[in-house]
Amino acid sequence: MKIKSTLENYVFVLPAVLIFAVFYIVPFVWVFRYSLHDWDGISPIMNYIGLGNFKEIIQDKIWWNSMLNAGYITLIALTFQNALAFLLAWACDREIRLKNFYRLIFFIPPVLSEVVVGLVWQWILDGNYGLLNHWLVHLGFPNLVRNWLSDPQTALTVVAIVHSWKGFGWGFLIFLAGLQTIPRELYEAARVDGANAWQSFKKITIPLMVPVAVLVAILTILGTMQAFVLIIAMTGGGPAYHTEVPVLRILASMRGSSRFGYACAQGISFGLILVVISFIQYRFSKRARQI
Amino acid sequence: MKTTAYYKTKKITINLVIHLFLLTVAVSCVFPLLWMVSSSLKTQETIFKDTSLIPRVFHFENYYLAWMEGGFGRYFLNSIFYTVSVVVGIIIVASLAAYAFSRLNFPGKNILFYMFMAAMMIPIPGSFVPLYILLNKLHLRNTAPGYILAMINVGLSTSIFLLKTFFDKMPKELEDAARMDGCSKLGIWWHVALPLAKPVLAVVVVFNALTVWNEYVLALIIFDSKPLMPLQVALMTFQGEFITRYPLLMAGLTITALPIIIVYVLMQKYIVKGVTAGAIVG
Repeated sequence: MKIKSTLENYVFVLPAVLIFAVFYIVPFVWVFRYSLHDWDGISPIMNYIGLGNFKEIIQDKIWWNSMLNAGYITLIALTFQNALAFLLAWACDREIRLKNFYRLIFFIPPVLSEVVVGLVWQWILDGNYGLLNHWLVHLGFPNLVRNWLSDPQTALTVVAIVHSWKGFGWGFLIFLAGLQTIPRELYEAARVDGANAWQSFKKITIPLMVPVAVLVAILTILGTMQAFVLIIAMTGGGPAYHTEVPVLRILASMRGSSRFGYACAQGISFGLILVVISFIQYRFSKRARQI
Repeated sequence: MKTTAYYKTKKITINLVIHLFLLTVAVSCVFPLLWMVSSSLKTQETIFKDTSLIPRVFHFENYYLAWMEGGFGRYFLNSIFYTVSVVVGIIIVASLAAYAFSRLNFPGKNILFYMFMAAMMIPIPGSFVPLYILLNKLHLRNTAPGYILAMINVGLSTSIFLLKTFFDKMPKELEDAARMDGCSKLGIWWHVALPLAKPVLAVVVVFNALTVWNEYVLALIIFDSKPLMPLQVALMTFQGEFITRYPLLMAGLTITALPIIIVYVLMQKYIVKGVTAGAIVG
C-alpha cells in the first residue's frame, strides 16, 4: 500500500523529469563531451583532440573581439539603459497623472520579439531609404547622414542603443516596484526635519535602492552578454565582425563552418565566464545588502 | 517670504518637466511601431519616397499579399499551433510536478526539485548545439513535436517554481475534504488544485506564450522546411530573400507584433508579474 502510494507520487513528476532529462541533462553532458572532439556533426567518427579546441579559442581573435563587443554593449546597457530606467521610475513614483499609461507604454518594447524590433529599427536606420537619415537632411544636418548599420564606426553603438531601447522597460518596472516599497513616512519625517528634495533623495532613496540596483545590474549583465537575436536581425554580426557577439560566434561555428566540437568548447568557455561574473556579483550584492 | 503662489508655480513647472520627459520616452517607444504599420500600407514604389507617417492611400492589400503570397498566413497558424501546444504541455507537466513537490512525499523529492531550480541559475550559452544533435538522433529535428518538446523544457523550471510557490501557500482543507470524499490524488490535482491555481496559471500561460511566440534560435536550428516555420524565423528568411519587398515585410512584422501587443494590453497585470518573477528567479 505504502509502495503503491509512493509509485503513484512518482507518476506526478515523471513527465517533467523525463523531458528535463532528455532535453536539458543530456545536452548539458554532451556539450562537455563534444568540446573535446573535432567533429562536423554528421560523420560517424568523432576525432578526440583533448583540449585542442580550448587552445584554439585562446588564440581566436574574432572570438575575443566578440567578447569585447558584448562587453561594450553591456557597458552601455548598464549605464545609459539603467540610468534611463531609474530616472523614469523615479519620475513615475509620485502622485502623477497618466502613471498607468506610461507604465503600459514603457513595457511594449520588452514584450516584442528581438526579430521584430531588429527589423523595424533596421528599416528606420537604413542608409539609403531610412527615416533617420531623411530627417537628418531635413533638419539641416546632412553631414551626419551615414550608413548607421554598415559603418564600422557606428554599427556597434547603434546596436547597443537599440538594445537599450528594447530593454529599459524591465529595469523601469523593477526600479518602480523597489521605489514603491519605500515607506512614504520616511520622506515625511525628513521633510519635517528640514531636508530638501535632493537631501532626502540622497539619504533615503539611494541607500534603500542599492539592493534593487544590484539586482538590475546582475540581470542586465547576464541578459546583455548573451543577447544575439537582435544583432542577427540588425546586422548579422557585420560589418566585418564589428558587431559579432559570443553566441553569434557559437552559432557561426555550428552552422557556418560545421565545427560542432569547437562550438561546444566556445559555449563552455563563455558559460564559465558568465558563472564567474554572477558569482562575483553575488558576493558583491551580499556585501551591498550588509551596508 | 515665499508665497503659496510661488510654490504652486514651482510645482506646476516640475510636473511639466517630468511629463515632458516621460512623454518623449513614451513617443520613442511607440513611434517605430507606428512607422512599421505606416510602411506596411505603402507600395514597393512609394515606400522609398513617401516619408509621411500617414500614407495618402492605404494599401491594405499588402496584408492580403503577405498572408497569401508571402506565406505569413501559414507561418501565423504555425506560431499559434506551437504556442498553444507548448503552453498546454507546460501547464500539465509543470503543475503535476509542482503539485507533487508541494504536497506529496517520495524519496529524492528535494534533489529533483533543486535540479530544476539549478537549471534556472546555470547559463549554458550555445546549448542549442547539442540539442540539434540530440533531435537529429531522435529523428525529431524538422518536426513539430521536436520543437514543442524542446520549448516545453525551456519553460518548465520557471513554471514549476511559480506553481510550487503558489501550492505551498494554498490552504489544505479543500484537498482534505476531497480526499474524505474518496477523490484520488490525480482527481484532487485536477478538480481541486488546478481550479484554485487559476491566478498563477494565468501568469504561467501568458509568460510562456510570450516566450514561445517570440522564440527564434531553436526554431532556426530545428526547422529546415518552410511549411513548418513559425513567424520569427519566416520573417528573417523573408527579409533575406533576393529583393526585400519592404511593404510585405512590414505587414508581416505587424502581423507578428499585433497579437502580442493586444495580449499585453489586455493581460498587462499577468505579463508584468510573470516577467518580473521570471527575471528574479532566473
